[in-house]
This record gives sequence, structure tokens and C-alpha cells, in this order.
Amino acid sequence: MSTTTFEEQAPPAPAPDAPVAVRPRRSRRGRLGPGRAVPYGWAIGPVLLLGLWAAGSGLGLFDVRALPAPWTVAATAGDLIDSGKLQSHLATSAQRALLGLLFGVAAGLVLALVSGLSRIGEALIDGPVQIKRSVPSLALIPLLILWFGIGETMKVVTIALGVLVPVYIHTHNGLRTIESRYPELAETVRLGRFAFVRHVVLPGALPGFLLGMRFAVTSAWLALVVVEQVNATSGIGYMMELARTYGQTDVIIVGLVVYGLLGLVSDALVRLVERRALSWRRTLAG
Amino acid sequence: MAAHAGGLRTSGDRAAVRVENLVRSFGDRRVLDGLDLSVAPGEFVALLGRSGSGKSTLLRALAGLDHEVAGSGALTAPEHVSVVFQDARLLPWKRLLDNVVLGLPGPFAADRGRDALAEVGLAGRERAWPVELSGGEQQRVSLARSLVREPRLLLADEPFGALDALTRTRMHALLRRLCERHRPAVLLVTHDVDEAISLADRIVVLDRGRIAADLPVELPTPRRHGGTAYAALRDRLLERLGVNTADGTDMTDDTDYTGEEKAA
Repeated sequence: MSTTTFEEQAPPAPAPDAPVAVRPRRSRRGRLGPGRAVPYGWAIGPVLLLGLWAAGSGLGLFDVRALPAPWTVAATAGDLIDSGKLQSHLATSAQRALLGLLFGVAAGLVLALVSGLSRIGEALIDGPVQIKRSVPSLALIPLLILWFGIGETMKVVTIALGVLVPVYIHTHNGLRTIESRYPELAETVRLGRFAFVRHVVLPGALPGFLLGMRFAVTSAWLALVVVEQVNATSGIGYMMELARTYGQTDVIIVGLVVYGLLGLVSDALVRLVERRALSWRRTLAG
Repeated sequence: MAAHAGGLRTSGDRAAVRVENLVRSFGDRRVLDGLDLSVAPGEFVALLGRSGSGKSTLLRALAGLDHEVAGSGALTAPEHVSVVFQDARLLPWKRLLDNVVLGLPGPFAADRGRDALAEVGLAGRERAWPVELSGGEQQRVSLARSLVREPRLLLADEPFGALDALTRTRMHALLRRLCERHRPAVLLVTHDVDEAISLADRIVVLDRGRIAADLPVELPTPRRHGGTAYAALRDRLLERLGVNTADGTDMTDDTDYTGEEKAA
């Protein structure tokens, strides 16, 4: 369209143009970022969901065998806590998840460092980890049961294998994307190998590592659910599996809520660490 | 590494820098073609040249950063060499003071770092993050990081190329002041003729890997633009760089050798 045609069309409606053109321009300033944070914004979605659930139950919209009311679930949770069952199952589950996380993160970190810092290390390690990545950890369970039995070792190993991959991938990526100008600088100020790793490599890879940690924590809980429902005599997953056989929907929901809370809390913890450790960055979230 | 094949880094020599018959090639292209150069202790030498004339290659050879570059020749540089890059190259995850003292040994490193920051006008900003600083301030931190090491040789690769004209003028004054106090030999790579004249004791023009001109700057300091001696030197340099001085047209390439256009 040429300018001339546009000018010819413009005169018929001059009046609405002027105020409309001014107002949005003012409110649009700084709109490209996400804007200011909503206070307690993270809670709005979950609270709304809970409200819908409560309203539906109060109005009798849900079959109580399929979805008991929130207050029934709360009462069941109270009973489980009073009897000490929930705590002991939770303790067992938390121990498995933490051990798996510990070994998985340690292994993923060490492998990422070796593979990121030397070409030989990369040649040896990167391929097998990529292959492992394309095999779901849960598909390994039959093999792991044959190797380690059905005890705690199998469960911790399964979780650790699931955790290792995201930690490795993201840390390795973080290492490899450190700009080459920084090693060059390290050379000119004569940093030794050790100081170079400490001052340049590790801090440079930290954002990647922490991102990997967030995935790792999620996958630890995920693997936990599966190993506890496959073969266990304790833990939250076992508690839920047992409830299924007796048709106790409320206990199952208590288990789900506990898993959800665990995931939420651990993710919040990692994000807290992230905020502290990466305060040198200025991002959209800042 | 072919870089120091013929020469060891020693400080016993009288010259701070001695380069003899230096050759550096990238593939078939000889970027440095039998270059000879020496710089006296405390001397400020500006290295002028068009893009691809080999000035950065020479600087990187002296800094020992040309590991995978083929070449030969003898090269003598002092033990303590500092480099200032075009980008300030601060580690974003370290506070200013930690950036300044990065790799600095000794028990009083932090105190010396604080002094160095004060010297470049950034006292009290020790705990700031690099991202909080302007480009000029970042480059001042990078100067502090270089000078806190008490270098015998300061290598600067277009250190003010990314700054605006006003900031650049202030950085020139700062650099002169710092160099008068610390007296390192300086090799400053630039393609700004005015920057070279206002800072250097001597200007070396590089062309196709060889020295095309080696001129002392015999002007009183502080140097102001203008005057016949200034203009004469400027014209001679521009001529050596292949710029037609009559009307300022560039006859050979589009590299900007004068500060004026960049300031616009």
C-alpha cells in the first residue's frame, strides 16, 4: 500500500484516532518484560483449584468413592499423622530420594567435569551418558532387580540413574558454553589449572548445574513413586498402593498431596539456592 | 608451540620487548612477515594499521596467546606482562575486587586491589558486580586488574574501541596518568590516528605484516588536537595508512582511522 492511498483513506475518521493513539502508548511502556511480580502470585492457581474442589464436593457434584471431599482427605491425613504411619512412610521415602539424589548428583557432576574439561574424557563419557539418556530409567528396573535384588540398593540406584542424566547434561552444557575469552583471560593473569577450574569453570557452569538440579529433583521424586509402587513394603508409594487394594481413595489423595508438596518444597529450595548463588545475573526474573 | 621457538622470556635485556624476524601465518597467509621491533622500558608505543595488517597477531604473540599459530622468529618479553582487551573481560560472577585480584598471589592482594580500584576512580565499589557498571567503568576495572600486577609490559588491544567518544577521551587521560606513575612499556594497538598521537611516545605503522613507518611523537604533553606539528604528523600517518589526506577519502578500505567519524 502506498502512502498516497493511506492518506486518502485517513480523513473520514480523524476524531477517534487522536485519543486512541495517545492512551495505549502510555500504558505500554516497559511492557516487553513480564512486568511487576504479583504478590503471592504462585499461590493463586493452587488456591483456586482447591476452592473448585471444595465447592464441587459441598454441592455433591463428585462421587465420594472417586474423589472424596477436601475435609475428608484432611481428616484422613490427621489420622495417618496421629497413628505415626505417615511420618514413618515419609521418612523412608525421603531417605531413598535423598540418597538417590546425593549419588546421582555427585556422579553427574563428576562425569560432567571430566567430560567438559578434557577431550579424552568427553570421548569416553559423553556417548554412554547420551545412550543412557535415551533409555528410560524405569525400563532398567527389571535388570536392576536382577542385579541388586528388591531391596533399598535397587531403589537408590534407580533414582540415582534418573538424577544423573539431567545433572550431567546441563552441567556439561554449562561448561561447554563458557566463552573462550575467559580461558584466554585466565592465561594472561596466569591462573593455574586448579585456580582456573575454581574461579572460571565452576562458577561459569553453576547456572547450568542448578538448572540440572531442578530437573534432577523432579526426576528423583518421579523415580521414587515408581520404585515404591513396584516393589516395596514401606514408603508413601507403598501406602498408596495398599490403599488402592482397599479402595481408600482418601489415602491415595493424601499420598498425592504429600508427593506434590515434596516436589514443590524441593523445587523452591533449589530456586532459593539459585537466587543466592546467581545474584550476579540480571535477568527478566530479577 | 612455535611462538617462542627462538627466544626465551627473559628480563635481563635492556629493551623491554625485542622481536626479531617474527613470522606468523594463518594457512597460506603470512600475517606477520619477518617483523623486527623493539620497545624500551617505560616507552609508550602505539601500533597503527588497517584491519588485517597483523597488529593484533603481534600483540597476541607477545602475550603468549597464539598457541596454535604457525610461525618462527625470536621474541623477548618481560616476565610480568598484562593484557587489556577490547572488551573489559571481567568475570561476571566475581565482584569487582575479586576480578581485580584474580590470580594475584601474596598476602596483601586484597589491599593492593583496593588501591588499584581507587586509582582508577572506583573506590568503594569493591563489592559491586560487573553487570552494574557502564562500559567505561568496566574498562577502568580491567585497567586496574592489569596494573595491580605491576607489569613491565602492558599490551592493549584496542582497549577503547567500544567506548563512546567522551568516555574515550577521559580514558586516554587516565591511561596516561597511570602509565606515568607505573612506567610499564606499553604496546597499544589502535586504528585511531588521533588516539595514537595523543597517547604514544612513538607510533609504528604496520602494513601487511611489516613495519611501514616508525615515527617518534615529538609533541609537548598534554597533547591537544590541532597545530601544525600535530597536523603534519597526522597527515604522514594517514598517508602511510593509505588514506588520501587532501579530502579524507579512504583509498583502500573502509576502516575508520580517525576518531571523528566514530564520535558521530
